[in-house]
Amino acid sequence: MAESTSKTQQISLSKGLNLGLRRALEDDPKVLLMGEDIGKLGGVFRVTDGLQKDFGEARVMDTPLAESGIVGTAVGLALAGYRPVVEIQFDGFVFPAFDQIVTQVAKMRARALGKVSMPIVIRIPFGGGIGAVEHHSESPEAYFAMTAGLRVVAASNPVEAYWMIQQSIASDDPVVFFEPKRRYWDKAELDPTATPYPLYASRVVRQGTDATVVAYGPMVKTCLEAAKAAEEEGRSLEVIDLRTLSPLDLEPVFASVRKTGRLITVHEASVFMGMGAEIAAKVTEKCFYSLEAPVLRVGAPHTPYPPSRVEEEFLPDLDRVLDAVDRAFAF
Amino acid sequence: MADPALSGPASPSSQKPDSAALYRTVRLIRRFEERAVELVHDGQIFGGIHPYTGQEAVAAGTCAALRPDDLITSTHRGHGHVLAKGADPARMMAEIAGRTTGLNAGRGGSMHAADFGIGILGANAIVGAAAPIATGAAWAARCAGSDRVVMTYFGDGAVSQGVVLETFNLAALWRAPVVFVCENNGFATTTRTDDAVAGSITGRAEAFGIPAARVDGMDPEAVFAAAGTAIARARRSEGPTLLECVTYRYDAHHTWEHAARPRYRTPEEVDLGRSRDPLEIQGARLPEARRAQIDAEIEAVLEEAVRFALDSPHPDPATALDYLYADGTQARAGVA
Ligand SMILES: Cc1ncc(C[n+]2csc(CCOP(=O)(O)OP(=O)(O)O)c2C)c(N)n1
Ligand SMILES: [Mg+2]
Repeated sequence: MAESTSKTQQISLSKGLNLGLRRALEDDPKVLLMGEDIGKLGGVFRVTDGLQKDFGEARVMDTPLAESGIVGTAVGLALAGYRPVVEIQFDGFVFPAFDQIVTQVAKMRARALGKVSMPIVIRIPFGGGIGAVEHHSESPEAYFAMTAGLRVVAASNPVEAYWMIQQSIASDDPVVFFEPKRRYWDKAELDPTATPYPLYASRVVRQGTDATVVAYGPMVKTCLEAAKAAEEEGRSLEVIDLRTLSPLDLEPVFASVRKTGRLITVHEASVFMGMGAEIAAKVTEKCFYSLEAPVLRVGAPHTPYPPSRVEEEFLPDLDRVLDAVDRAFAF
Repeated sequence: MADPALSGPASPSSQKPDSAALYRTVRLIRRFEERAVELVHDGQIFGGIHPYTGQEAVAAGTCAALRPDDLITSTHRGHGHVLAKGADPARMMAEIAGRTTGLNAGRGGSMHAADFGIGILGANAIVGAAAPIATGAAWAARCAGSDRVVMTYFGDGAVSQGVVLETFNLAALWRAPVVFVCENNGFATTTRTDDAVAGSITGRAEAFGIPAARVDGMDPEAVFAAAGTAIARARRSEGPTLLECVTYRYDAHHTWEHAARPRYRTPEEVDLGRSRDPLEIQGARLPEARRAQIDAEIEAVLEEAVRFALDSPHPDPATALDYLYADGTQARAGVA
């Protein structure tokens, strides 16, 4: 194992991704990185910092500004046995590539009767909270989750990022990998010798008894903070990090709701047609007699992302989560 | 370089450059950007900006060759185009500072300012996205029997986007009265033009039968002359032209760089790039006293613009759900 990953260390989320990518490049010569400004610069969020220097321009490729072309060529590379990892610079810039992702990446395997795989990872920094301008703060995950043939995951912290990126690269299915932009600089202790949690599984990250809160990506931390605040008020919240949006691993959510009787879903994306809607429907179906209140959803209004000056009003925060908890108890 | 199609007669408005007016626009944009960068650093402009500093000759020269009823589309680095087309600097400053008095009540911000009343169909943050929009607008002008021209700006990065090449094809087929202005400032973010563009930028247009020329994008009058010819050609229904304006970005790709300091060009290279300054090139064409007078005027305009912007209110978050639908339906609120 490489020296860089052999001891416990304090890492940021972007460093976790960087180390994970480095390990994937070391472990498998078929792994390639492609994207705008990812090589010499190391990416605008420094996720690929130093990788071109160490692995060469053939494996860490600076591409022209052409998202559809980047993802389309990744399809051809994948057909030839490579495992391309594509970086989309910001959430709002994935759409030129949307066509390739939906019509090619997602469908190639089924169309070929399983004879080919699409082991492509499409990394997308997503979400707001960094005071950025339009197209730099969006949460487009539901578009991808509703597309059959894609796997969609979201990492919530540095350690998860380290493991999940490697697992996504190792997955033979195409993975749209959402990175919580505002958490890139968060720090945590990484033990690279630990056994990773399975990729396509949700995870209880805080035990509780009174209500269940489900989140993913950047909102997991917000919900953990909300749970702490709720505890001071004598309420015990169980927090589940969904981690995978497609497939959706809801068994832990059902088990939790059967215990707590209340569920709040939280994401930055629009409540309308957001992931919370699917979760609410499934939980209502599976846990109907355990529910003490309707499933409540916290998320953004159904509007374009606002100017950053008012993004705090738009984005869910600790108070909005706690308000929803209060409302769940008021039923 | 010089395409025969580009040496036809210029449009009446573009025969003789008004040196003082061109200088005024260059100076306005330069100082506007410098003041805007200060406001970014002061925390008054949220999300930062992509400064246009160094590229002023392109916006000034091209817009001076347009008629007031002609149209433009712009880019993420668009303050210069918007000002050169005649937007009120105070309302533009308020726009990028996100205030309700801005051109779009602060909803467009730095990258999406629009002023439909004076032919600004909008800046656009999606690289390449405005080219087809401009071409559609140009075709609409033709269909309406108007001789309006649409000018669309994009960078050297954008010529690698499929949609721009699709647009070249459409515009050439339809002979749309559109002028493509590619500002080659040497970089797309940190990627050098030479590392991203196979062949040449002009060659891409020429492949579709669109005449193209490389223009000194640091000289407002050279840009003005080339734009005049391209505009005249479009007005005569002879179709699109591409102008590759060779220029240099003086400041950061985005003000984020001021803190992050990525190294992708050396200070020596930047010095060299700045050695042909459009402000000095155009300034040298005026008597000292005239130049000083314009400078003083611009300072006053910008003083007022900054004051106006900072005195203006921030939007009420309650209005965030407005304007989404033609029938007045409000958007759905966040918590279901
Ligand atoms: C479709 C799309 N992909 C990526 C981006 C992120 N981005 C913003 S500006 C830029 C570089 C643009 O380069 P160029 O077209 O040369 O214009 P310049 O910034 O040099 O003015 C990039 C990659 C974007 N805005 N849109
Ligand atoms: Mg450029």
